[in-house]
Amino acid sequence: MPHDHDHDHTEPPSDLELRVKALESLLVEKGLVKPETLNTIIETYEHKVGPRNGAHVVAKAWVDEEFKQALMNDATEAVANLGYCGRQGEHLEVVENTAEVHNLVVCTLCSCYPWTVLGLPPAWYKSAPYRSRAVSDPHAVLKEFGTELDEQQKIRVWDSTSEMRYLVLPQRPEGTENWSELQLQQLVSRNSMIGVELARSPRQLEEKDK
Amino acid sequence: MKGGHDLGGQLDMGPINPEPESQEPVFHFEWERRVFGLTLATGMLGKWNIDESRHARERQDPLVYVQNSYYENWLEGIETLLVEKGLISADELKQGTATSAQIEQVVSAPSPEVANKILASGAPSTMESDSEPLYSKGERVAVKASEAVGHTRAPKYVQGRTGVVTALLGCHSYPDSNASGVHEGQHLYRVSFAGDDLWESRSEAAEVLIDLWEPYLEASR
Repeated sequence: MPHDHDHDHTEPPSDLELRVKALESLLVEKGLVKPETLNTIIETYEHKVGPRNGAHVVAKAWVDEEFKQALMNDATEAVANLGYCGRQGEHLEVVENTAEVHNLVVCTLCSCYPWTVLGLPPAWYKSAPYRSRAVSDPHAVLKEFGTELDEQQKIRVWDSTSEMRYLVLPQRPEGTENWSELQLQQLVSRNSMIGVELARSPRQLEEKDK
Repeated sequence: MKGGHDLGGQLDMGPINPEPESQEPVFHFEWERRVFGLTLATGMLGKWNIDESRHARERQDPLVYVQNSYYENWLEGIETLLVEKGLISADELKQGTATSAQIEQVVSAPSPEVANKILASGAPSTMESDSEPLYSKGERVAVKASEAVGHTRAPKYVQGRTGVVTALLGCHSYPDSNASGVHEGQHLYRVSFAGDDLWESRSEAAEVLIDLWEPYLEASR
């Protein structure tokens, strides 16, 4: 028999779903949470604040030396001038990848992450495998992401134990000399700003768009 | 005691298996979306701070913490705090409905406009200080071993190890006190550890930079 609606009603809601629903309705009933506020918060971090903010910051730093200096000097203020400020971005610092140094960001104790420029962290960033090994075996971690560094590049791992938040400024890919800031933004993946990958090459971008 | 959350350097946690970036949703299930929203919304009631919030998640049985999914730990955290701070009773949590006849609220839930303002302004952790920092850039420092049972942001893997101060980051709210509701500032330092000093037997170790508060540190030769 065909379904005339698309929700899956073959599986009953899990205990977890019920537990969360019960908590939400209790909090609303007690006036501790307004449903419309809940929706606003979710909407903000699901659709408004995300890694496109960071890609804007990085691409701008690649083309605008003055902005880059300001960014390295006081990232919190430099990105606030682009309109990115607030929760989990109060003390932002940008760490720059160079021919000698590759930066990698982790939070071994929880999931600290620069929300204002990257949004909420991906599941793997919050997982035990990443949090445990990013500090002790970063080379192997990068390998798991398919990332290979130049031999002379040293890894520097940033463990976000305080309220300082770290954003990696990846190296600008070769062959992008005449690209505009807007074009460059497409090369800046979220993962490159955490440091587990490099910025996309023009060729990778072509393949991605296929 | 080391909590389940203190994961740096832990062995045998398995492969990372990252989802491809272009395919990963912000939330994987509706309940995760709700837990995230509820955590931020109840946090705005001003009854607890970020370190109390972290500590509530960390106080779980270490095995349970590691086995739980990320947002399950968040759920556990807010349930604990809501009951401890007297906003709901354990009985209400169990029943899923308000049981006290009169709901006495000394808190008010923010409107969407107020919530947006709170999110956009954030809450800087920097504080005024009336003391000079004890350590300076370039100085070697050791991280004290901690037997404290409360919340701390000194990971076990750097305790007892020595590193070099590479930056003074100012005076920031001290998590160990903040987690018990005492808001005091302490000087924060960025300390660099050579990989070889952290993981003796493992090859290809890399430099690790960690932000550590002054009470975690002592001078080293």
